Amino acid sequence: MTENALRVLVVDDERAIRRFLRTSLTAHGYAVYEASSGQEALSAVIGDRPDLIILDLGLPDLNGIEVTRQLREWTRIPIIVLSVREEEATKVAALDVGADDYLTKPFGIAELMARIRVALRHTEQPAGEPVFEVGDLRMDRARRQVLMVGNEIVLTPTEYDLLRVLVQHAGKVLTHRQLLRQVWGVGYELETHLLQVNVSNLRRKIEPDPSRPVYIITEVGVGYRLRAE
Amino acid sequence: MSDGPQRPNPDELLSRVQADERQQARGRLKIFLGYAAGVGKTYAMLEAAHQRLAEGVDVVAAYVETHGRRETEALLAGLESLPRQQVEYRGRVLPELDADAVLARHPALALIDEMAHTNAPGLRHPKRYQDVEEILAAGIDVYTTLNIQHLESLNDVVAQITGVTIRETIPDRVIDETTDLELIDLPPDELRHRLQEGKVYVPEQAAQAIRKFFRTGNLTALRELAMRHVAERVDEQMRAYMQTRAIPGPWPAGEHLLVCVSPSPQSERLIRSARRLAGELNARWTALYVETPDRLRLAEAEQDRLAHTLHLAEELGGRALTLAGRSVAEAAVDYARQHNVTKIVVGKPLEPRWRQLLRGSVVNQIIRAGGPIDLYIINTGPGSARPTEVAQWRPHPPWRRYAQATILVVLGSLLGSVMHRFLAPTNLVMIYLLVVVIAALYLGRGPAVLAAVLSVLVFDFFFVPPSLTLAVADTEYLLTFLALLIVGLLLSDLTARVQEQVETTRRRARETGALYTLSRDLAVAVDLGSVVQAVEANAVETFGREVAVLLPGADGGRSLGLYAASSDATLDEHEMAVAAWAFEHGQPAGRGTDTLPAARLRYLPLSTARGKVGVLGVWPTEAGRYLTPEQRRLLDAFASLAAVAIERVHLAEAAGQVQLLEATEKLQSALLNSISHDLRTPLVSITGALSTLQEDDVRLDTEARRILVDTAAEEAGRLNRLVGNLLDMTRLEAGAIKVKREPRDLQDVIGAALRQVGERLAGRPVEIDIPPDLPLVPLDFVLVVHVLVNLIDNALKYSPPGSPIQIRTRPSDAEVAIEVADQGVGIPAEDLDRVFQKFYRVQRPDSVTGTGLGLSISKGLVEAHGGRIWARNRPDGGAVITVALPLSESVEPERVT
Repeated sequence: MTENALRVLVVDDERAIRRFLRTSLTAHGYAVYEASSGQEALSAVIGDRPDLIILDLGLPDLNGIEVTRQLREWTRIPIIVLSVREEEATKVAALDVGADDYLTKPFGIAELMARIRVALRHTEQPAGEPVFEVGDLRMDRARRQVLMVGNEIVLTPTEYDLLRVLVQHAGKVLTHRQLLRQVWGVGYELETHLLQVNVSNLRRKIEPDPSRPVYIITEVGVGYRLRAE
Repeated sequence: MSDGPQRPNPDELLSRVQADERQQARGRLKIFLGYAAGVGKTYAMLEAAHQRLAEGVDVVAAYVETHGRRETEALLAGLESLPRQQVEYRGRVLPELDADAVLARHPALALIDEMAHTNAPGLRHPKRYQDVEEILAAGIDVYTTLNIQHLESLNDVVAQITGVTIRETIPDRVIDETTDLELIDLPPDELRHRLQEGKVYVPEQAAQAIRKFFRTGNLTALRELAMRHVAERVDEQMRAYMQTRAIPGPWPAGEHLLVCVSPSPQSERLIRSARRLAGELNARWTALYVETPDRLRLAEAEQDRLAHTLHLAEELGGRALTLAGRSVAEAAVDYARQHNVTKIVVGKPLEPRWRQLLRGSVVNQIIRAGGPIDLYIINTGPGSARPTEVAQWRPHPPWRRYAQATILVVLGSLLGSVMHRFLAPTNLVMIYLLVVVIAALYLGRGPAVLAAVLSVLVFDFFFVPPSLTLAVADTEYLLTFLALLIVGLLLSDLTARVQEQVETTRRRARETGALYTLSRDLAVAVDLGSVVQAVEANAVETFGREVAVLLPGADGGRSLGLYAASSDATLDEHEMAVAAWAFEHGQPAGRGTDTLPAARLRYLPLSTARGKVGVLGVWPTEAGRYLTPEQRRLLDAFASLAAVAIERVHLAEAAGQVQLLEATEKLQSALLNSISHDLRTPLVSITGALSTLQEDDVRLDTEARRILVDTAAEEAGRLNRLVGNLLDMTRLEAGAIKVKREPRDLQDVIGAALRQVGERLAGRPVEIDIPPDLPLVPLDFVLVVHVLVNLIDNALKYSPPGSPIQIRTRPSDAEVAIEVADQGVGIPAEDLDRVFQKFYRVQRPDSVTGTGLGLSISKGLVEAHGGRIWARNRPDGGAVITVALPLSESVEPERVT
């Protein structure tokens, strides 16, 4: 544990989970702090000033949504929520109130490390570069240009906005509500079919095989994620 | 109403189609109609049956009377005959149609002779045609025979022609619904010839009368009647045919006939005439009884007659209706206007002329008020005009009221003799006027009239000069007398009328009140018991009769059982059969009805729009009086209210069950969530730890590796215990665990359990207390060890590290108790029972892992031993779980649920 190691707060009521996370994260060079309940987590965020929070949704006192909401009132600190498959709705709600990403239990440590990296990168470069590149896809936001293997793709204004929002949060999951609100505006949060149609059109233009997308990934029951690396 | 071509109205078409459909579901009825005995109806019927048999139809002779004629017997011999029912009646054995045998045999076509036959008492229906109707309803075709004079509506015409009143009649609606009517004809001379040859069956005792009946004149008239009836029917069918197929033709306009009936015996004739008239006009018809204040208090005989008359109207295919009104004419014309009645039929007035002048005749009133409505006046023949014996209704016997009227006059006269000195005689009249008014108000019409007459006489005698004679000096006084008399009469009539109307209103209010009370009582009744109780209590109060409520049993509603009765009397098998009939057919049965009238009770089906819910049985009063039409109506209203209430209870029960089911489902999904969470949680640590160890690019020191491996191993052990518990629970619930009880040393059992808990006991002192003289206990070693491991595990989980665990055994007479105690937080008092429920965990802030299955499995295992398990808290902190196992080996294990 070095002086300038990134600080991670692990919030889980299971002692065994905290123990293995501490061991694994320490081995990856993070400084690990622990909390076993929501209240403890809230005070630890102030006391330990972590750079990232790994938050279990099923806490004995406050649930993960409530913890996220209270934190989001004053800090943009990245939050990755952990959930079991039965907590789909809770997970989406946590993302909607401002959690950055989620992982379904049980998970491999490599997966968790990748999520942590994405979440931390976004806090490092909040505005982002005007040019985004992943695989054969290149988006130049300064020129409003989208290129596929060097060829310009013609997008409708909505498709362009949708892609722009996805690129802004590349690597992170965006819920249906978040996408609808950011692309179409407040009041469109429930018009899921608009999103479906436009994602489908966008995929037809940028994906090599739209039925097996590699850029815009579907997160079942939650939303979409743009491949970041 | 126009006479021009009329389009068939859609409702009519629909009802025609429905009638066709009904006809298809029902069996078809064919009647071989003759005009007298001996024309060959039975023979023709048998011939037709043979023809059908040759066509391959399943024909059965259910009841055929051959009267010993050889040709007929020969025809019958070729057919399958059903055995007859032998009914004993007054020492004689009467052969009767066995309707149940026909229903059981269920042929395609049944032959049933003499449709108008009256059944022997004790059979299900009083009349054979009702048996026929039931057989038809079962979908069996019926061939039957009938003589024209047995038709209800022709009954009185036949009586006029022949001078013989036929008692065995069938209602016209039976024949109107039939599809086929075949006229069997024989010229009267030939019939007479056959009679003389002895070919016509004649019962011995009535031979003389029968021979008189067979006069040529009679026969010709009857023959004409039969032919005309069949011709009318053909005409009707023709019209019906043309109308369904929209063939333009001169259909008669939609006539509606209204016949006004009274309680008089002539009304029956009026009904028959109206029915004939309606038949000729092809009109609907309604029989109306107007309940005027005059008619409020009918004698019992009159009430019965009226009920009979209205019933007859319904039998003959009309509608029967009772309305309350101030006068017959007014109510009848009002009804006629509202219901597009085109013709009103009334009986010829039989009142004395003076009465008509006094009160106006109904006929004249209808003529004046009726406007365009035609009025038919039917001669109903001689008969006593006034209804007999008007029932008494005044609070006092009549002579007392007349005496009181006389006393009033005397008192008035005494007052007059005092006032005489100060007042002129003309003003003294006022006192008498007062007397007459009081008499009219409180004593009724008769006493008021008496008071008026007496007043005139006394006034004349005492106060009009010359005094003490009836002579009158001044003729002006005659005018005074006359005025006094007229005022007295008018007043008495007026007040009497008002009082009578008040009485009607009161009675109606009582009826409404009774219904209101019942519905209010039913509204607050929440379960079946209180609904039935409300019905019973109200029925007893309103009708003064005991009632019984019969409800279908639990066996899918097939059989009916007595639910509750307001009296102690029970219902025998026969009564139950009548009730079952009423339930099954949805029609009233028993006393006072057409079906099984020999029953003691009257049974009303309790049915709602959704179906039948039960039967209401009504006992007769001790005097055995029938219900009046109003009571019957009120009872019907009672029955439907009760039915709705019972149905409501049923529906509420069903809704409750659905709710219970939903709650169970919720609980199940909560359990499923809890289990899946519990199963996955150890997996998170295992997967996470293993995947960390798997990574190549991370350098783990030895300490980190050890922690990860330990975590994975511990969590794997936890997962294993969890799965084991779940499997145990499943096996326990499925009854797959067999308890093998053998005498064992408890010390051994406890030792084995402690070994199994093993390392988890590290750092915890265990105090064991086993008395040396403890007998061997019959138990299943493996299972009881399992129970103890669960209890020790629990004690470890819920007490602080380092605190001691105590295990003690205490023998008593019949059982031995094993206690496992800790010095932890204890169990909240409200949870002491619940901890043994499946998946129940005491809520604790610091996380304690487990499924909440341990104690519930222990409970199951202990109970499988015939033992008990319970929890309590120690006064000085900590919980004690006690297991008591029986010492006797023969104890039957309790059924594990």
